[in-house]
Amino acid sequence: MSYRLGVDVGGTFTDLLLINEQSGATFTAKVPSTPEDSSIGVLNGIARICGTNNLDAGEISRVMHGTTVATNAVLTGRGARVGLVTTRGYRQVLQVARSYCPGGLGGWVSFVKKPLLAPLELTIEADERIGAGGEVIRELDEEALTRDLQKLRARGEVESLTICFINAYINDENERRAEAVAGEIFSGVPISISSKVVPEMQEYERTETTVVNAYVRPEVSKYITNLQAALAEQMGSDVILSILRSDGGLASGRASAQSPVNMLMSGPAGGVTGALYFCSRAGYDNILTFDMGGTSTDVALIQNGKARVRRETIVGDVRVRAPSVDVRTVGAGGGSIAFVPELTRALRVGPQSAGAVPGPAAYLKGGEQPTVCDANVVLGYLPADVQLGGAMAIDKSAADAAVQKLADAMDISLMEAAEGIIRIVNESMFGALRLVSVEQGYDPRDFSLVGFGGAGPLHANALGILTGSWPVIIPPGPGVLCAYGDATTQVQDEAARTYITMAEDTSSENLLDDLRSLRLRASESLSADGIREQDLEAFYQADLRYTGQAYQITLDFTEQELENGGILSLTRRFDAEHKHLFTFDLGEGHEIVMIRAIVRVRQRTIAELETSGMTTRLEDCKVHDTRYYYDGNWHDAAIYAREKLHEGLTVPGPAVISEMDSTTLVLPGYQAGVDALGNLVINPA
Amino acid sequence: MTARITEHNGTPLQRIPVDTVTVDIIENALRNVRVEMDAVLFRTAMSPGIREQGDCFPMVANRDGKMVVGQFGSFIHGLMEAYDGELEEGDIILTNDPYMCGAAVSHLPDWIVLVPIFKDRRHIAWSAMFGHMSDNGGMTPGSIPVQATTIFQEGIRIPPTKLYRKGELQSDILELILHNVRTPQWNRFDLNALVAACNTAARRCVELAERFGDDVFYSTMELMLERNHAAMKQIIEMIVPEEPRSFEDYVCDDGVGGGPYKIKCSLWREGSRAVFDFAGTDPQANSSINFFLSEDMFRMFFGSFTINLFDPQILFNDGFYDLVDVRIPPGSLLKPNYPAALSGRTHALGRIFDVMGGLLGQGAPEALNAAGFSDSPHLFYSGYDNSGEWFQLFQIGFGGIPGRPAGDGPDGHSLWPGFTNVPNEFVEAYFPLRIERYEPIADSGGAGLHRGGNGLSVAYRFLCDGTIAIHDERWLTYPWGVNGGEPGQRSSKLLVRTDGSEHWLPSKCEGVEVKVGDILYFNTWGGGGWGDPYRRDPETVRLDVDRGLVTAAGARRYGVVLNEDGSVDDDATRTLRTQLAAQRGEPDMFNFGGSIEEIKARALEETHLPPPQAPGSVN
Repeated sequence: MSYRLGVDVGGTFTDLLLINEQSGATFTAKVPSTPEDSSIGVLNGIARICGTNNLDAGEISRVMHGTTVATNAVLTGRGARVGLVTTRGYRQVLQVARSYCPGGLGGWVSFVKKPLLAPLELTIEADERIGAGGEVIRELDEEALTRDLQKLRARGEVESLTICFINAYINDENERRAEAVAGEIFSGVPISISSKVVPEMQEYERTETTVVNAYVRPEVSKYITNLQAALAEQMGSDVILSILRSDGGLASGRASAQSPVNMLMSGPAGGVTGALYFCSRAGYDNILTFDMGGTSTDVALIQNGKARVRRETIVGDVRVRAPSVDVRTVGAGGGSIAFVPELTRALRVGPQSAGAVPGPAAYLKGGEQPTVCDANVVLGYLPADVQLGGAMAIDKSAADAAVQKLADAMDISLMEAAEGIIRIVNESMFGALRLVSVEQGYDPRDFSLVGFGGAGPLHANALGILTGSWPVIIPPGPGVLCAYGDATTQVQDEAARTYITMAEDTSSENLLDDLRSLRLRASESLSADGIREQDLEAFYQADLRYTGQAYQITLDFTEQELENGGILSLTRRFDAEHKHLFTFDLGEGHEIVMIRAIVRVRQRTIAELETSGMTTRLEDCKVHDTRYYYDGNWHDAAIYAREKLHEGLTVPGPAVISEMDSTTLVLPGYQAGVDALGNLVINPA
Repeated sequence: MTARITEHNGTPLQRIPVDTVTVDIIENALRNVRVEMDAVLFRTAMSPGIREQGDCFPMVANRDGKMVVGQFGSFIHGLMEAYDGELEEGDIILTNDPYMCGAAVSHLPDWIVLVPIFKDRRHIAWSAMFGHMSDNGGMTPGSIPVQATTIFQEGIRIPPTKLYRKGELQSDILELILHNVRTPQWNRFDLNALVAACNTAARRCVELAERFGDDVFYSTMELMLERNHAAMKQIIEMIVPEEPRSFEDYVCDDGVGGGPYKIKCSLWREGSRAVFDFAGTDPQANSSINFFLSEDMFRMFFGSFTINLFDPQILFNDGFYDLVDVRIPPGSLLKPNYPAALSGRTHALGRIFDVMGGLLGQGAPEALNAAGFSDSPHLFYSGYDNSGEWFQLFQIGFGGIPGRPAGDGPDGHSLWPGFTNVPNEFVEAYFPLRIERYEPIADSGGAGLHRGGNGLSVAYRFLCDGTIAIHDERWLTYPWGVNGGEPGQRSSKLLVRTDGSEHWLPSKCEGVEVKVGDILYFNTWGGGGWGDPYRRDPETVRLDVDRGLVTAAGARRYGVVLNEDGSVDDDATRTLRTQLAAQRGEPDMFNFGGSIEEIKARALEETHLPPPQAPGSVN
């Protein structure tokens, strides 16, 4: 027997999913996360999942891991003390940033700038200069740099060092020399240089990205080393640990520890790949993912079985140039607080959240303000009398009281207020879904909507109505979907460089040569992890734009395609895509901005689980009757137990389908079928 | 003259009741429309000014032309009065002439695109957007000639004109316009992008009306306007006193030897109406620094500065205009007579915000911000590069954000909404220059309990012979401090030639020839300080010194004495603070750094530039 294990460490829970690679059988577990050292929670979970199912941990050959350890280091400000070396004249590159004050006219009045991740007192300048064409204008003054680095070292504060020089994206010579100098003075301190982390134009973005990498690196590295050692102890030294990257690929533990800036969106990427796993096998290749949690909601668009990847990652206020699955986040979730500003008497939901503490009023943990969750309780969508996997008791009267306050402020009834909260929060989710679909030139009606996360299944049917994305799909284990994603993705790495070349000024041969050398670079880390050349497959990307324009489009292609079609095939595709997005194209002046090689390990297949043979009748799946309020009226409904439902059954709305960690709402006029994979498939009746 | 809108569906839109939640939902959706307009524009525009810097402003207005979403208020009324003709579905209007649209745009480089939105052949709303074009023809590259005396010298004037007629591009007109500018390709793309953004907004409005019903959509816009009206009524009654108060500040010079120009504003309340009266403002200038201030735009400035404090999520709009009376004397700097030149209006535009801040803040010192809203410093650099290609750079600079109740002012940040700097690596890759220094100037922010932000020093080394032009302000008068805070440092421009000779350039100049290897140090102003500097935590001052934001000598302005090793000398600090506080006495609410006479008397010595000559006065 061989097993692979998917582990998703979230803020509150650590989810585990064990898959038998031969039979396809799965086992899940959910244990509390241990934020002080996440690896403890992971090991607890492994003990739990093996113990409950009577399995030998030694049979687990691969551990695939999605983690928020890097994200949390950024969000909580608990990263390393980062030192920074800049080109002379640019010490304050992070302090000035892009000079942008958020908010409208007068936004500067209330704008409070966050502390820099590489503080100015730990930032020094080097005498050196590379010109815009890559020429060395000024050699690096190694003597002066040595002196200044020694002074910096003597402060005894720097735990991680970054070097970012102007125009290093086009010539890394001075950065590499500075790295060598620094290596001697800062032995034992990890050093990140911008030309390696992100060789892309724009000094602020490149510096920030390199600094963020340095900021989270010690913490991530410690975590991965500890986890690797603990896993080896339990599963044998040949166990392979991989980490899910923001772009939805897997990287080895070793590679991740060096470029942790690439795993800031590891968590959300797991959800997207998990959704993809269930939907593509069920025949849905065009989907919108809708992952609604307690404080925020992530949405993404997947076309032809591929998630869109963008060249930017945003975590809180931090924005870095690292590829990530194009997940948009809105600051609204089940815990978002609803309120009525006195002056305008409008109903607002979020961005404040009740979080885990004090939590929604219904949880009786001290929360008194009405939340989205409370509105769901008031309306009967989250029945107080259904055991939610034993997780939380729900008190309906507390939810009623909280929402009533809001109703009084607006002078409307309790039920109207509760439904108002749900409509408003659904509208902001709809806004996020439009952002990834309509605003990118896609019609959401051509997609299916996949709801997961703690609260996604409750709101998914309503969002299906707003977006017209049918069917609405609730995959099995919507609360542990990220762990599914972790367990089912491929190991990959990439190498990229800024190209800035007019398409007409280069030849297909030159481009191919450059791409091939990138492919070699991308394969290095995989070879270092012992993966054989013949198990690798590669594809390429080029970012194109009309010269002078800011917007770039990333095109995927294979070596074969470039050989056959030449550069013309790329520029033609670019024109078509540009027209699709912006209603016009120019047909000339194509600039190749970046090129990239992506190398990944060929997929090892997992057997499909046999699920036929269940014969329970629908009425046997029913828990009891209930009623809920929708669209201004009460509706009689039934509550069903999800674990008893199987292929062939159809649950008519109005209904509530309950399972361990999630509740699915089926609205009047809609019905939920069950497919062979266990997906709930909601359609108009 | 008034435009007439041709509709083929005569059913009037009905005002019907709409529940609060639906209003909130549509409000949210309209907010998204505006965000999407920006997104479309940034992606498809070509000039660095728009796509990197964000010098552009979207708007959605209701059928009557009132702004429901946007930033600078509606300009549709003025436009509609100026356009004598029929408007039909598929028509798109373009204009740039302030004198033809009641100063909806305030200088020629801002091009406005206006789209009437139709659904089922009925006019339901408007979308519009204006953006700053890289060039508009005229006397100087970049089309902001300081020395222009009439608008005819400032480039092509486009009266409200149909760029599209029933959906069809009027290419003859477009080519005629583009033939008159130095950067036709950039303008073509930027204009295309403005049209694409407005069309996107139009599509979204139609979708919203389809989803909720035309009457609900129409009525919701009315309700949103009424919401703002109700909120602003309360705010005005709360913060505007019945007793008149006034405030004055200055534009330092006009670029042709005159100045400083006083901008004076008085404010009082009559019932629920606020009255802003600019009597006492200096007469119009004989150069391009005139700012044709639209009364509506000023209403918008006032409203958006105040309403954000009470409900930051509200979509700010035109609904309260009848509550604000704005009086501007004709022939003054703020209402010049046609055909006065207008292109350099950025200085007075910025100063309006300092005046409004001082005027409103007098009554609530704890909410008063220091000054710093100098202007947007401009640098133009143009010529032919080594391969004989024309280049034309327009950079907007940034100074220090003033000290505020919220805390220190950020260093080298933008006071204008949405603006960002252009990455230096981008500038170097596409223009023949190298930026050898890009950093805040230590000590340039005014000392205070909350420090004013530092100005920026940008060192441009020119790699081709060419010509530069500069527009900047606050070289003579100071960004004032408040509540005990000191003024910020003033701006300066130093050109160092390859032979080592140094030339202090005036704050406003053009046609300055530069040679390969010359360096221009473009130093912007620092923000004024907020609150008593002697009450700033000495440890914070020490950290500022460690960070290079304040020098050890500059720390003494806070009464802080540092030891050799950089730590705070507690005893010496205590002594110095007691001594300085006694010398100073009780601080005034405003610290202007001296009277205008004193400042002018010191000008040559301190700024290397002679003081300007006082302009006359009108009332």
